[in-house]
Amino acid sequence: MSKRIVGREAVATKGWLRAHKWLLLRRMSQLGILGLFLLGPLAGIWLIKGTLSASTVLGILPLTDPLILVQSFAAGHLPETAAVFGLIAVLVIYSLLGGRTYCAWVCPVNLITDAAAWTNRRMDSKKNLNLSKTTRWWLLGLIIILSAVSGGIVWELVNPVTTLQRGLLFGMGAGWLLLAAIFVFDAFVQRHGWCGHLCPVGAAYSLLGFTAALRMKAAGRDRCTDCMDCFTVCPEPQVISPALKGGEDSSLLILSPNCLNCGRCIDVCPQDVFCFSKRA
Amino acid sequence: MEKEQPTSPSRRRLLTETLPAAASALVLTALLGAHQRTASALPPYAIRPPGALPEENFLSACLRCGQCVRACTEKLRHDKGGEMPQPETFPTDAGAFVSQLAELGENAPLETAVPVLRLAELGSGIPAGTPYFVPRISPCRLCEDMPCVNACPSGALSKKLKSIYEARMGLAVLVDHENCLNHLGLRCDVCYRNCPVIDKALTLEMQVNQRTGVHARLIPTVHSKHCTGCGRCERSCVLENAAIKVLPLAQAKGTLGRHYRLGWEEKEKAGHSLIPPVLELPVRKPEELP
Repeated sequence: MSKRIVGREAVATKGWLRAHKWLLLRRMSQLGILGLFLLGPLAGIWLIKGTLSASTVLGILPLTDPLILVQSFAAGHLPETAAVFGLIAVLVIYSLLGGRTYCAWVCPVNLITDAAAWTNRRMDSKKNLNLSKTTRWWLLGLIIILSAVSGGIVWELVNPVTTLQRGLLFGMGAGWLLLAAIFVFDAFVQRHGWCGHLCPVGAAYSLLGFTAALRMKAAGRDRCTDCMDCFTVCPEPQVISPALKGGEDSSLLILSPNCLNCGRCIDVCPQDVFCFSKRA
Repeated sequence: MEKEQPTSPSRRRLLTETLPAAASALVLTALLGAHQRTASALPPYAIRPPGALPEENFLSACLRCGQCVRACTEKLRHDKGGEMPQPETFPTDAGAFVSQLAELGENAPLETAVPVLRLAELGSGIPAGTPYFVPRISPCRLCEDMPCVNACPSGALSKKLKSIYEARMGLAVLVDHENCLNHLGLRCDVCYRNCPVIDKALTLEMQVNQRTGVHARLIPTVHSKHCTGCGRCERSCVLENAAIKVLPLAQAKGTLGRHYRLGWEEKEKAGHSLIPPVLELPVRKPEELP
């Protein structure tokens, strides 16, 4: 039996463009958001000022990263109103869109980890660290405790998400080393290692996923041919089973807050099983 | 009973999943904590923007967003009529910067063209993403509308700062008494002339030049009551390595012992001297010889 290449069947049945629709849209979103931030320093057009940790849109709307503000609060600082309004804005946006939509559509590190995941699939590596996916929860809790104990926002010393974005906007310094390490880790040590096992930023955003109005739906699960392409490509494959392989009375919706709403399962499925849907 | 335990699913889960996950997270957090201890010491050449909370509070408040840096650079660009070289064309290290300026000679950029606030890069020795400036490279311009403070969303640059002249970013110190030209007896005075709070924060104090015996020396003297720590004096010092430097307040200022009392102040408060004006001492005469 020849090795199955993920998405090849989807390309054959739906055409290349439809089999990469959500991937292309997602890349446009990720690069577009980066572009909006870069428009200021490069062209002098200030639609958005700041970085992903905190910013101001059009000089009015503040946005604040929840995890950074939580660490700041744990470290003993009461933030000013702008930062608090920014937090509320972010909480509202992501509890509607799904917290980890941030990971798939905004976070620039996703470009690196997706490339690493692609490399990992190509290598067809059987070796894996088998790190538990719950590691990120421990890390999330521990960095908040460390912030409280040490009185500083600790995760921002190394946070790859802001390191990459801030690096592109202000100067990278040794940030490339950190990002290269994440690529190597994801590609050769642990599949989906960073985003799927360790990143506490993603873990924090996933807490906003419980109420998300936007969810993936395995609407056509009757058509599933068990080709496994969606499981192979999904950064959080454990979230698919309950919707796709659940019993008769199980929900068709992917309810796990860890789903990134990335839409890759829609792309690679030759049977068009998945679609975006409202939480019913 | 003891034999059955290893097969219990919850125990198996604890051993194969929960413990390794918690342990990995603990190792990473411990590394992070160790890194934090070394990364949180601010080098003395890096000065925080106006209104910055004391360093330990600053690190809990600063969201690392860089909006103060943007506001600062934009203000400078605006004042300069739109021209501004990119910050990365100038080295962070003050020594490298000064030698670069020397190499450029007449082509060296005007002081106003060099950005002030920078955002620390990872591995620069300053906590990543926090704002700072290096006075020798580009001093704070003391904008009266304080764009950096107004841009800060978190209060790390405190809006309690009502006037830029109340800013205490650091304190200028004439650190080198051996090479300062005024100390050598010349009338350099450049730091004094450049001080934005001239005659209050920086004064010239006259002394006798002991070397010649007949000339005066005018010693640049900083007064912490008025010095904002902007660093114009350090930037303007004509020496290759500045004799006057802005230092973080904690390094620059001494503290009197809490029990110390200044006699002349106590005298003024009490209205009279605290010790009797004249001590009556017994008159001792050599014994008269018979």
